Amino acid sequence: MSEKNSLPLKERMKILRIHMPEADPAVRSRNFEEVNQGLPEADALTEASRCIECAKPGCVVDCPVGVKVKEVIALICAGDFLAAAAKLREDNSLPAITGRVCPQENQCEGGCIVGKKGQPVAIGNLERFIADYERLSGKLGLPANAPATCKSVAIVGSGPAGLSAAGDLIQKGHRVRVFEALHELGGVLVYGIPEFRLPKSIVRGEVDNLRRMGVEFETNVVVGKSVTLDELMNEEHYDAVFVATGAGLPVFLGVPGEHFNGVYSANEFLTRVNLMRAYQMEEYDEPVYDCRDRDVIVVGGGNTAMDAVRTSRRLGARSATLVYRRSDAEMPARAEEVKHAREEGIEFRMLTNPVEFIGDEKGWLTGARCVRMELGEPDASGRRRPVEVKGSEFVLPANVAIIGVGTTANPLIQSTTPDLATNKWNYIVADENSMRTSKRGVFAGGDIVTGGATVILAMGAGRKAAASIHEFLTAGEW
Amino acid sequence: MYKILDARSVGLNIKQFVIEAPRIARKHQPGQFIILRIHDKGERIPLTIKSSDPQAGTVTIVVQAIGKTTSLLNCLETGDSILDIVGPLGKPSEIENYGTAVILAGSVGTAMALPTAYALKKAGNHVVFIEGSRNKEMVVFEDEVRSSSSETYVMTDDGSYGEQGLVTKKLDELIAAGRKIDFVLAVGPVPMMRAVARITAPLGIKTMVSLNSIMVDGTGMCGGCRVLMGDKSQFACVDGPEFDASKVNFEVLMQRNAMYREKECASLKQFQERWEEQVAELREELAAKESHHV
Repeated sequence: MSEKNSLPLKERMKILRIHMPEADPAVRSRNFEEVNQGLPEADALTEASRCIECAKPGCVVDCPVGVKVKEVIALICAGDFLAAAAKLREDNSLPAITGRVCPQENQCEGGCIVGKKGQPVAIGNLERFIADYERLSGKLGLPANAPATCKSVAIVGSGPAGLSAAGDLIQKGHRVRVFEALHELGGVLVYGIPEFRLPKSIVRGEVDNLRRMGVEFETNVVVGKSVTLDELMNEEHYDAVFVATGAGLPVFLGVPGEHFNGVYSANEFLTRVNLMRAYQMEEYDEPVYDCRDRDVIVVGGGNTAMDAVRTSRRLGARSATLVYRRSDAEMPARAEEVKHAREEGIEFRMLTNPVEFIGDEKGWLTGARCVRMELGEPDASGRRRPVEVKGSEFVLPANVAIIGVGTTANPLIQSTTPDLATNKWNYIVADENSMRTSKRGVFAGGDIVTGGATVILAMGAGRKAAASIHEFLTAGEW
Repeated sequence: MYKILDARSVGLNIKQFVIEAPRIARKHQPGQFIILRIHDKGERIPLTIKSSDPQAGTVTIVVQAIGKTTSLLNCLETGDSILDIVGPLGKPSEIENYGTAVILAGSVGTAMALPTAYALKKAGNHVVFIEGSRNKEMVVFEDEVRSSSSETYVMTDDGSYGEQGLVTKKLDELIAAGRKIDFVLAVGPVPMMRAVARITAPLGIKTMVSLNSIMVDGTGMCGGCRVLMGDKSQFACVDGPEFDASKVNFEVLMQRNAMYREKECASLKQFQERWEEQVAELREELAAKESHHV
């Protein structure tokens, strides 16, 4: 039991938020090792003691998967880290991942009452601390599965939505098989999010946990191509299918010159570097354009754009510049990523928009013709609409340009499943609460329903779908 | 792991593999392809499916050793395994009874064109197959080419076999002779496909080309394989690989395919210097995985 736990409220409020140690920006911007180093045990105890155990914990309300944050923190304060981990796992099957990549400032920490006057309790850092503690202890508190129901569920996609659904469904006693199109499991967690933000060993660890719980995995299956939804249900006899394929197709800017060599989608650039390990170019075969001593620009303001620009820096870019058409305030990226990027020497060119890519006679990119923007009236998203400043054109030199402005729906499943309803943007239509689609036995969730969002929202969708699938399998009614 | 049930050399640096891949075998249609990765540190490369046997659960692929990965792949033998294969990818060929269909295929492109040729013939077309190669050693699958078509021409650049000349020379001859051509499919090196498009576009003959862009995932996720069709961008992996030849910007395709040439050459050179070692390492890695699986 920590002494600080017995501190009176007023004293607890005086404790300042503990800063998590980070790798030195000058060093880390040249390697792919994890930036955040995790809280030491003593610091975790101090940080946990900042929780004032309020009566209506906003942290729980604002968590997309409803983690019982207050109870978890109480267990940390009591020094029972393994119990805290087990409590966490009741609602979140991938805590080591969410502790690293959640936008906590908009979720649990955004709802923290301590944050109203000072800095909120560092819930994300604490989550990471106990998940890592549990993993390193080797004493995993994996929950027991219910007796076998003899029902089976196919999950399409091994990203955050698919993995969290798999974790919940296996516990209910169903047979669960996850199909993945790529050769490695984890979806965006392995192809998209870089090693320096989420080490792949962490993802592998979580996947291994699911395997230990009995989840089956099959890689190299593109549902919609290798097998259709109907075949999964009629020929392979799955009682339900959960479609969690993610957003899919990259959006380009649609400006002239996007075919010059050196122009990438963020998806391609990150996949080459993360999934295919192109950053270890001496050992791995998949190439990526050599960024060393070259100028790189990344277009976009979200986490993907931030990951791409910081990756290019680590690959040795002479200059790594983020180009965003709105201003700082509208950037959807996590606050921590923006801070880390600035520390690593990323240049931010806000209110700037590329209108054309230019290249040399051999087809290699040499720069981006850009215009300056100013903010006008709010648009449909509620953010002020960027408007071009007349006559503000200039050329930004670039050998590599990475487009990270979002994705659209991948059509492979929809196009081979005629009775699966889609909306006008070709996303799958699913009920917000039951995650049921128009097709009996088929559920969908995550980015393929909502469009590009966050890891935790996809996990939330996966959990909701799992509950709804369980209900369907138990009651048998659609 | 995907077992190689049969590996045989079918031409100079060209090898055919029959591989156990039941899911792909069951779904393969003419015109589609696979992506494979040989080992943990390998790249993902797209390759032609020559045929499939849904009952036996096998697919047949044909590989020409050009770079490091294809060279290493072609060192594998019957009984070896391939780490990852995914497919079938891409849209199938559009099969219709066009009337007279001319297929032009260059060396290893012949393998990709064969299933489409058979399907076109079955659909009632008079299929004219013009197979081209650099020389006699690279003429592949001549028997199958003949059985898939109603009329067959074999061309070699150096005249060491069949008729001397490029496949487009034969196409020109057929057109000059007043033959009515309703459909053309060209599969092969980009300059060949471009040359075909230049002949048929002015004549308004519907012509499809099968594009070999650089790919990573093959599911539309990365956009690396994008090709310029007029002023519109399309993805070869999901919108193709076959496209209307009259709209394809072949210059952009060639330029994009050259993107990693430097690294490709360096990798190949490094492989050639110590290929025996690398093949041994690969076998070791695969054996370790195999035993892990069991």
